[in-house]
Amino acid sequence: MSVIEVSELRKSYGGRTVVDGVSFAVEEGEIFGILGPNGAGKTTTVECVEGLRVPDAGRVRVAGLDPVADHGKLALVLGAQLQESRLQAKLTVREALELYAACYPNPADWRPLAERLGLSGRLDTRFARLSGGQKQRLFIALALVGRPGIVVLDELTTGLDPHARRTTWELIEDVRDSGVTVLLVTHFMEEAQRLCDRIAVIDQGRVAALDTPAGLVGRSAGATVISFTPSAPLDESRLAALPGVASIAWKDGRVTLAGTDGTVDAVITLLARGHITAHQLRVSDATLNDAFLDLTGADR
Amino acid sequence: MSTAALSPRATTAVLRAEARLFRREPATLFWVVLFPTLLLGILGAIPSFREANDDLDGLRTIDVYVPVVVLLALIMAGIQGMPAVVAGYREHGVLRRMSTTPIPPSALLGAQMGLHGAAALGSALFSLAAGRLVFDVALPRQAFGYGLALLLSVAAALALGTLATALARTTKAANAIGTSVTFPMMFCAGLWLPVQAMPDVLARIVELTPFGAASLALGQAAGGDWPGWSHLGVLTLWTVVLTAASVRWFRWE
Repeated sequence: MSVIEVSELRKSYGGRTVVDGVSFAVEEGEIFGILGPNGAGKTTTVECVEGLRVPDAGRVRVAGLDPVADHGKLALVLGAQLQESRLQAKLTVREALELYAACYPNPADWRPLAERLGLSGRLDTRFARLSGGQKQRLFIALALVGRPGIVVLDELTTGLDPHARRTTWELIEDVRDSGVTVLLVTHFMEEAQRLCDRIAVIDQGRVAALDTPAGLVGRSAGATVISFTPSAPLDESRLAALPGVASIAWKDGRVTLAGTDGTVDAVITLLARGHITAHQLRVSDATLNDAFLDLTGADR
Repeated sequence: MSTAALSPRATTAVLRAEARLFRREPATLFWVVLFPTLLLGILGAIPSFREANDDLDGLRTIDVYVPVVVLLALIMAGIQGMPAVVAGYREHGVLRRMSTTPIPPSALLGAQMGLHGAAALGSALFSLAAGRLVFDVALPRQAFGYGLALLLSVAAALALGTLATALARTTKAANAIGTSVTFPMMFCAGLWLPVQAMPDVLARIVELTPFGAASLALGQAAGGDWPGWSHLGVLTLWTVVLTAASVRWFRWE
């Protein structure tokens, strides 16, 4: 069952189209990622889901509710962590948790939540004195304190150190495992690949691709990457003529080819015929990053 | 944006949190609660201000200044204090964050208005008590009329502050608007020259401003008369117009 349905969503600001016909559906209990370069329209899309922005056209339904018309009911089932929002500077962590818990009719006990997020030692610290990571963790706690069925997390781990990021990922997986649907906006490939069940890649206001992380990697033109340092000069035109080659790059005498499994066989045959040795031969699967660059054309 | 009914528990929680934050702002507490009474003390220390003055119908200058410092508290709370806080909440996404909960961000605005209004009233009582105890200024003889004029003045001050918040895009702009409005308002309240002592033409103009009207209404009630309906009317009209303009232009983000 789809808990979030977005179809043909459009939004422009002052004549500039930011979201241009975005459609996707999020199934109950999954972690759905929205991945895209800066300015692709990710945040505007989720703000329409949260009911913070009114779409110019298209239809958005969250748990069957219209986010704008039924905003009061939506707020009971959707918890949000917003990009670039702050709390009152002198509000302590404890006061923030108590305040936001009081906003909901049936809130979670905030103490175990704070414990799980590593905020127990910071309960009497004022918001302005928290580190970036502590602020983010507090915002996650506030998004969850109303026991929502859906949480929207926008650029959640931006500004966190690698350790805090990993801890946060585990927490998001816990949240999903407890039955909450997660809509995650990110521009971190590693995060999307690790967490998301499915990903919509958004570029220039449109959905460029929608698939599982593995599916996205598989559909990119150069899903297999071969790199080696040839023992003798190698003619680039002969490499380019090999089956399935998507790109060739040379650096300091080392060549990197993106292609398919068939390309690997062809490269080995070519080298054997020319009696060329491939030093430090590496064959690897392309990452989501490669697929992303391929899909969004961000490297062009 | 939101049509959710405000639960009393949530409203209380917002008010309690904002009240705590209010107490953590020593500068606001000083300017709103202490400064007006302090100024009354300084003015009262001038010997000639404690003598009957023919220009003021035989009242002492200090008698006339009690309503003025009462209005000063209102100006400090409504125009200097509140707009900066609310504009800051808007600029930093505090209102936006609140609007993703079942509680509309108007609860924060309401709490801020209530707290600044209450602080201004508390400061007014403090000034009245200090005037009575230290300088033997009689308490308002028409107490009910005084209370009514005071409440209308608080409403006008908060409405003016809300409009300043509505028109300012940033905290800085809210501070700039607040400060540039504060001085003319203090003048109209009679801080430099009591309205009663102003030249006729000037007094007639000042009477039409919210704090000029408030000053005269409070002065009349202090002396035992029912405050003039024209002054109360001017205050009400300003409150209505300023509120309508705020509703028209206020943005939550």
